Amino acid sequence: MTATLISKVPAGDLRDKWDNYKADAKLVNPNNKRKFKVIVVGTGLAGASAAATLAELGYQVDAFTFHDSPRRAHSIAAQGGINAAKNYQGDGDSINRLFIDTIKGGDFRSRESNVHRLAQVSVDIIDQMVAQGVPFAREYGGMLDNRSFGGAQVSRTFYARGQTGQQLLLGAYQQLSRQIGLGGVRLFNRTELVDVVVIDGRCSGIVVRDLLTGEITSHAAHAVVMATGGYGNVFFLSTNAMNCNVTAAWRAHRRGAMFANPCFTQIHPTCIPQSDESQSKLTLMSESLRNDGRVWVPKNPDDSRPAEQIPESERDYYLERLYPSYGNLAPRDISSRAAKRLVDKGHGVGPLKNGVNLDFSAAIARLGRKTVEERYGNLFQMYERIAGEDPYSTPMRIYPATHYTMGGLWVDYELGTTLPGLYAAGEANFSDHGANRLGASALMQGLADGYFVLPYTISNYLAPLLNKPVPSTDHPAFAQVENEARERFKTYLAVQGTRSPDWFHRELGKIIWDYCGMERTQQGLEKALSELPALYGEFKKDLRVTGTGESVNQTLEKAGRVDDFFQLGMLMCRDALDRQESCGAHFRSEYQTEDGEAMRDDKNFCHVSAYNWTGDPMAAELNKEPLVYETAHLATRSYK
Amino acid sequence: MRQLTDLTLKVWRQSGAESPGYFETHKVETVSDEASFLEMLDQLNERLISEGKEAIVFDHDCREGICGTCSLMINGRAHGPQRATTTCQLHMRTFNSGDEIVIEPWRAAAFPIIKDLMVDRSSFDRIVEAGGFITAPTGGAPDANLILVPKPVADAAMDSAACIGCGACVAACPNGAANLFTGAKISHLNVLPQGQSERYKRAEAMVMAMDDQFGSCTNHGECSAACPKEISLDVIATMNSDFRKSKSKNRKALSRN
Repeated sequence: MTATLISKVPAGDLRDKWDNYKADAKLVNPNNKRKFKVIVVGTGLAGASAAATLAELGYQVDAFTFHDSPRRAHSIAAQGGINAAKNYQGDGDSINRLFIDTIKGGDFRSRESNVHRLAQVSVDIIDQMVAQGVPFAREYGGMLDNRSFGGAQVSRTFYARGQTGQQLLLGAYQQLSRQIGLGGVRLFNRTELVDVVVIDGRCSGIVVRDLLTGEITSHAAHAVVMATGGYGNVFFLSTNAMNCNVTAAWRAHRRGAMFANPCFTQIHPTCIPQSDESQSKLTLMSESLRNDGRVWVPKNPDDSRPAEQIPESERDYYLERLYPSYGNLAPRDISSRAAKRLVDKGHGVGPLKNGVNLDFSAAIARLGRKTVEERYGNLFQMYERIAGEDPYSTPMRIYPATHYTMGGLWVDYELGTTLPGLYAAGEANFSDHGANRLGASALMQGLADGYFVLPYTISNYLAPLLNKPVPSTDHPAFAQVENEARERFKTYLAVQGTRSPDWFHRELGKIIWDYCGMERTQQGLEKALSELPALYGEFKKDLRVTGTGESVNQTLEKAGRVDDFFQLGMLMCRDALDRQESCGAHFRSEYQTEDGEAMRDDKNFCHVSAYNWTGDPMAAELNKEPLVYETAHLATRSYK
Repeated sequence: MRQLTDLTLKVWRQSGAESPGYFETHKVETVSDEASFLEMLDQLNERLISEGKEAIVFDHDCREGICGTCSLMINGRAHGPQRATTTCQLHMRTFNSGDEIVIEPWRAAAFPIIKDLMVDRSSFDRIVEAGGFITAPTGGAPDANLILVPKPVADAAMDSAACIGCGACVAACPNGAANLFTGAKISHLNVLPQGQSERYKRAEAMVMAMDDQFGSCTNHGECSAACPKEISLDVIATMNSDFRKSKSKNRKALSRN
């Protein structure tokens, strides 16, 4: 039987919903806040900002990270910037425009009310981060500078060189550190979530593994926040950090939280192409580079001259040709597919002919090398380190790679999952980006959730629980989950097969990339769904984990993560097969227009697909949350 | 693409904080010069696992030089031979066939070894917790453009804020001092208008937390030379200046209470 998804969207005009919600939400008296305990898992932008703010309010907070320090979370790697509807440039921006851009960028597959709230609080984020000392780029007069980003025709992106994610995360980390110093937050570092505990239908705590000793312990709380990031590493090769994984979200899913839109995974158009088989990850080059870089391929596929010797007339600036009004700033999904088509047709550049040119010679001629260096210096340096070529004198070579996952734990307007007491924030929830996220919106969403949404919605949940004690970890439910976790890690060690977890991860990634990557077909997805269970069977029989479970063992950690990636991979392919339309980053080859654009099916697929765990990811139960557009008008996206 | 052949690795192995450590020698027959240094170690680990041996433990994450998780002394140099480059961004094209490469963990008393090449750098977090922040609780911030920050000031703050907290400065320092790390955070916050209210309190608290855990600076400059983000020694001067002033300014502030 399918459940009804209650999105808890407040009444009223779209513009008033968040105010109405805040006016009606139940509050906890300042003196009572210390009676409540909240666990926050993950210390990236969403987790660190939530933990710090909840502690400032007076709640007892326990924060968990598998890193050695909260500052390592992968939010740190975001380069280009953060959007906010400040309209500081006076170029026609507004909350409404940011809302519409985000809905449209997401190809009409996100919830209007959540997206509008995101646009509303975006302005508060910039104020907050500036007050904390984030060194955003400035004009000479001292005011904040902006740049433009894909999918928008206004300049609303705030940035700190090419290290915006780093600076924002350090801001949130410093605020969290202050609370740790004051005793408001207890930090558990090098500690990984392995399961979620449910008592009487409420999420009552978590079971974690100490990565240094292998010890499994229980932690109870009135509410738990998952701010554990996305699952892009299911592809093996992605721009995610090596340790990013789906385990926390997946374990929550297995305990009753629905997983939404798993097939909505974003391919970022500007990454450094793979150079050989042994490569462990792909590196992103910020989308902001497309502000000044021009994307092109040689018109003649057999052109073997160095890029700078190919005359203008023999270059195809295909984004400018196909999408004249947005040009090189066309949204990510559209730019990615355009690159793939040309490379597939043989126009690729580089030794493996697996990239397209991103050329700065025009910008350098127009602005001078110094200005270009100021804007993108660290990105150019990073490129030079990795590719061994100087982008000031020869174009960068770029190609799309997996970057961000729009899918995640289903949440209602309060960011609550379908498991009461469990919240999901940042990339871990399915959230606000629909079928495709716009550049510079991930940082915005992570901080919006952590700073300005969860602190209000969690109090609404906690208030009625006043004077109910924190659940005891002596409850048999904790003991049972702990035992299951211990058994799980013992099992990985006991298989004693012949292949490492990395080997399986790489093979899994190949299947997902080939059949559930940039272009998907019914046939391919069916093939993936037949190959995945077989490979998963091999994993269980032939895995080899050396070492023991009693001290640091990165091979064992990896085994647990790959196990969960397998199950998620099956659900992803199932979801992609089920969604018989093309929308945003989900491109089914069967559903495209004559000129190769995505063909949405609003009649049959204008909904969120949320899956319930049944014990078998291949047979997950599908629930649908219909999407209703009252303010934005369903329209075919056009960036021409 | 070129293949490097016949590399000899001498890798530090140590099963735990209290156990004796030793160098273990591994041959790498062949590796692509496009591979990163850590990918070379990944491949070695794959081989070790297939031989039934325990993989070498090392810290790493983003592999794009920004998270500060990776470390390693490579041939005695923090993050290896290439200037302004983290270990994860170091590529094998920097090496030659037949090279012998010695790989050790960060060497510093304040960074105890956890296992093999992994060390505990939480002493850095203690310094930040002591005062490496601007007190700005969520919700009360004024409009961002009300605080004007001249471009050169914002640029100077950003130069210091670029620190990734990897610990190379401490590992490279003959005294195991953390002055570059602490100075970078103090310089980031203390030059900004938003950071003025707590300027001297911050300097004093952070320096005290640093001195509790790390060695003393004797101006060798090895820290800045090893820093993958090329943080300038100037940050130490700023820190020292503010710390010295804090001794009188903080007392005055106390007397007003």
